[in-house]
Amino acid sequence: MAGARPDQRPISPHVSIWRWHVTMASSILHRATGFGLYVAALGLALWLMAAAAGPQMYEPLMAFLMGPLGQIALYLIVAAIAYHLANGIRHLVFDTGAGLAPSEADTTAWFVILFAIAVPIGLWALLTFGGLR
Amino acid sequence: MSGPERSMRTPLGRVRHHGAAGEGTGHFIAQRWTAIALALLAPWFVVNAALSIGGGSYTAAIDFLTDPVNAVGVILLVAVSFYHMALGMQEIIADYIHKPFSKISLLLLNAFVPFVLAAGAVFAVLLVNFGA
Repeated sequence: MAGARPDQRPISPHVSIWRWHVTMASSILHRATGFGLYVAALGLALWLMAAAAGPQMYEPLMAFLMGPLGQIALYLIVAAIAYHLANGIRHLVFDTGAGLAPSEADTTAWFVILFAIAVPIGLWALLTFGGLR
Repeated sequence: MSGPERSMRTPLGRVRHHGAAGEGTGHFIAQRWTAIALALLAPWFVVNAALSIGGGSYTAAIDFLTDPVNAVGVILLVAVSFYHMALGMQEIIADYIHKPFSKISLLLLNAFVPFVLAAGAVFAVLLVNFGA
């Protein structure tokens, strides 16, 4: 190969020598949150069935969901929904051919991650301090 | 379809039914229209459910589900999201699971489990509204 010295040439990427990119993390997170939301959606079905079965089924379930573990789970589910929603819209834009330049894709990936952090905080703040319940 | 002389597939592959299933475009389109529907349904449900039943009481949940708009919204949410997630999981299984028996078993489970639970969930909403 003519031109650059060997140490200046781009190195063929392999599993162990990838540098983390935010676009890479955003892609992996999309699949991970999708997988998590699959499980959460099965939980939604069980929640509806518990509501139909009556208070003797519903109240123990809600006692769990209102407890610390349940609240952590719900918090993560809301974060996952916010992430998958925002990144899904990002992918719908990608499908049109727009936003694929590395700088744009990086910016939107960071925006999606910040959105996913902000949404559950905002929702819990609204529920805790909003005086709505 | 073009004739076999134009195909990229080998004769052996054709005989063994290897190659594309020819369902990719339908999968792609279904994944997108369900995504667009869920971009509206999911935030609607999260915010409304958190505000009306976030307190955890049984009566609040029943009040929420007996409102006709909420009942229809929840049924749509379950139907569309379970379809969307089965499509997504099909993609994950196809990407990572290569042993034929495991792959077919997981694809079958992924085809059945969301349908069964979606049927149960929709029936639950109907039962809350019309049950004795």
